[in-house]
Amino acid sequence: MITLTHYLVLSSILFTIGLIGIVRRKNLLMLFFSTEILLNAVNIGFAAVSKSFGDMTGQMFAFFIIAVAASEVAVGLGLLVLWYKRKSTIDLDSMQSMRG
Amino acid sequence: MMEKYIYITLFSPLIGSLFAAIFGDKKKKLITGVFASLMLLVSAFSSIYLMLHVSAEQTYHVKLMDWISAGGLNIPFGFVVDQVSVIMMVTVTFVSAMIHIYSIGYMDHDESFNRFFVYLSLFVFSMLILVMSDNFLGLFIGWEGVGLCSWLLIGFWYHKDSASWAANEAFIMNRVADLGMLIGIFLIYWNTGSLEYDAVFAKAATLPHHTLILIGAFLFIGAMGKSAQFPFHTWLADAMEGPTPVSALIHAATMVTAGVFLVIRSNAVFSMIPSVSLFVASLGAFVAVFAASMALVHNDLKKIIAYSTLSQLGYMFVAAGLGAYWIALFHLMTHAFFKSVLFLGAGNVMHAMDDELNIKKMGGLGEKMKWTMIIMTIASLALSGIYPFAGFFSKDKILEVAFSSHAYILWALLWIGAGMTAFYSFRLVMLVFFGEERYKRYGFHPHEASALMLWAMAPLALFATIGGFFEGGFHEFVTEFLPNFEAEIEPHFMSYILMVITLGVALSGILYAVYKYSTGGFSKEAEEYPVYKLLFNQYYIPQFYDKCIVKPYMSISTFLWQKVDVAIVDTIVDAIARVLYTSGDKARVMQSGNLSKMLRLMVFGLLVLLLLVVIFYPAK
Amino acid sequence: MMYEIIAFYLFSFLTITMFCIVVFSKNALYSMTALAGGMIFISGFFFLLDADFLGVVQIIVYSGAVMAVYAFGMIFIDTTKDVKEKIKGKRMIYSFSIAIAILLVVIVSSPIVSGHIIATTPMIEGVSNPKMVGYALFTKYLVPFELTAVMLLVAMVAGIVLVSKKMDISLSLKDNFEAKGEFEQGVAK
Repeated sequence: MITLTHYLVLSSILFTIGLIGIVRRKNLLMLFFSTEILLNAVNIGFAAVSKSFGDMTGQMFAFFIIAVAASEVAVGLGLLVLWYKRKSTIDLDSMQSMRG
Repeated sequence: MMEKYIYITLFSPLIGSLFAAIFGDKKKKLITGVFASLMLLVSAFSSIYLMLHVSAEQTYHVKLMDWISAGGLNIPFGFVVDQVSVIMMVTVTFVSAMIHIYSIGYMDHDESFNRFFVYLSLFVFSMLILVMSDNFLGLFIGWEGVGLCSWLLIGFWYHKDSASWAANEAFIMNRVADLGMLIGIFLIYWNTGSLEYDAVFAKAATLPHHTLILIGAFLFIGAMGKSAQFPFHTWLADAMEGPTPVSALIHAATMVTAGVFLVIRSNAVFSMIPSVSLFVASLGAFVAVFAASMALVHNDLKKIIAYSTLSQLGYMFVAAGLGAYWIALFHLMTHAFFKSVLFLGAGNVMHAMDDELNIKKMGGLGEKMKWTMIIMTIASLALSGIYPFAGFFSKDKILEVAFSSHAYILWALLWIGAGMTAFYSFRLVMLVFFGEERYKRYGFHPHEASALMLWAMAPLALFATIGGFFEGGFHEFVTEFLPNFEAEIEPHFMSYILMVITLGVALSGILYAVYKYSTGGFSKEAEEYPVYKLLFNQYYIPQFYDKCIVKPYMSISTFLWQKVDVAIVDTIVDAIARVLYTSGDKARVMQSGNLSKMLRLMVFGLLVLLLLVVIFYPAK
Repeated sequence: MMYEIIAFYLFSFLTITMFCIVVFSKNALYSMTALAGGMIFISGFFFLLDADFLGVVQIIVYSGAVMAVYAFGMIFIDTTKDVKEKIKGKRMIYSFSIAIAILLVVIVSSPIVSGHIIATTPMIEGVSNPKMVGYALFTKYLVPFELTAVMLLVAMVAGIVLVSKKMDISLSLKDNFEAKGEFEQGVAK
């Protein structure tokens, strides 16, 4: 029997993979990919909770998260392309203009 | 209706002061002095008007506003005009008005002319608050106000080190004594739950005796500081660094008498504690002789008069301590007149002698300064207590009081003091105005003071001459409020004998001084006598204070500064600062602007938050 | 019941594998492809959880739109080369992440069902999932829904504006100052 806990554990594992990606990779594109993984991991959690409690709210949240992810990709990718055109690189270490 | 006059009396000096303050740091403007003097005259006339309307049936009590209202403590800004305060008001405003006018002439060449009038009028305002307040806290505000103004005025020529030193000395000495005063006020509130005179004195009778003794003792400590009684006396002589009108107003006529006023005001308390009152009287008699003895040998014109003030304050305390409050007040008033005019005369001499104070360098000034000589001789006669001048009436009464209270030792001390007073007064007059014209040797060119200054002195000199004849009316007026005291000496002719004895000692003092100094004064050897040295060095008391109080205090302060403050407090504070600084320095590395590093930090934060969730997971 | 268990573990294995490829692959193209696959497998979970509508949206939006945008984005970037990265402090990263994973698992696997949770938008028996979604979206969540629409529009405009101008000029070849000027001109237009 697959319970809520199973789904939440899966969600945690996926989230951790995304987190590893965010911290480990230095390529901006990879960072975006990892972000998608994080969002999806959370979505699974929401859907599972929704089912477990018989409540639509979880699904609604997941739905809005998908919308946010889509917007993020559109804007983020635009910025990424722009950056690449100016610096010919999308390595994170090249972005140090915020140095204090 | 009369309320209006009370406020006019009180606030006119303040208006004068504020007006002068507008031009405070500007060049001399005659208008500031004239306006301030005018305001003082308004105040003086208004207070005289009030005096004419105060009677046994009618005293005035006004409340300006609520001042402190906290919990059970309720102190209004209230003023009372009764027989005692109105006498003080008239004395203060009248003498101040004359001294203001005199100062226009005296400070004529001073570049801080305007500033002088700011302080002087502010002083009068504070003094009026002191005497008019209807509660102890208002009195204390005035008390501190005059202390502040005294500090400002003694240190008026602040570029002189000695002046600032003297100002600080006066201020600090008064602070020490004021602590006693403040404790007294706390005790009053603690025990009676009020600070208003009426309520306090009404309740005083119900208080236990030892509480009353404590209250009386602490209040008297405050009075000792303000009135420069032993052992707080050293500041008064040094306070002569201030301009002479200041010495005349503050350190002769008004502020220093505040201590006497306090005792008179609190007569309801002091009359119930004979032990403290006896101490007051004894200390007064001691100071009367002690200060007079120092005045005998001093060569500084103003310091001689300052010691004489001390001695006369001693007389007042004797009268107040023996329960003759109205006589103390009477002597306070006559003393205000003749002592202020004496100081103003000294001011004239200083003007003539280019601020030279050593009377050994003067002599024969009488020819050049005829009017000053006449006025100062009148004042000296009054001070010595010669009939018919004002001093005779009040001083003789005090001696009678001492005798009739069977305090024969006090009487003897005062009697000796009277002789000394006569001697040093005329020693001063002789050395300054008569004899060889020594000033020529030092190249001075003395000249008479301006007519304005002389005219300002005239009313004061007039009262110093005839003031004594108001005794009867004064007695009647004041005892409507104060307890009566009749010196009853049996048999009756005894009082005449006493009068003659007193007059005799005064006259012989005068004659001895005149004889001795017209024939060349004492020989040089006299200055080698140990007694002379002891007196000349003020009984070595300033040196004693320096050795036993100032030096140890200094070393304790140094210890606390170097060992406690620097080594402990500062180190801790510095360490805190250093920790913050180094941690900031170390943490700065985080702000590298590198996104990757920031993400790592974020993840680390997440880890910490999750840990917290686990640790603080609510137990079921 | 049996097939649910099989499906869950199968999809779990597949998604984890796919996402691991995304994270650890050196080639950006592989990563993207693996991500697209992982997205589709995730939609499998949604179907398992009776969230049909969400599953469909997942496939359309992620595997369709988002992946397409990524693909277009990668046109500008040379993706055939391996991604070169200097990775420092690997041990710390892994220990942090594993610690977080363990903590998350501990937190979620401890019983969270307290029974006090009341459904605010309860599902109704016998009504299909897309209907329920529509019902919720157009009643309770109407305002957020419309705001989401506006947000998506803004994002779309932003994406176009950012990328479309002067596509033929490689800004990096030009003088920095001039490039900046042109860039700002482009934005102004």
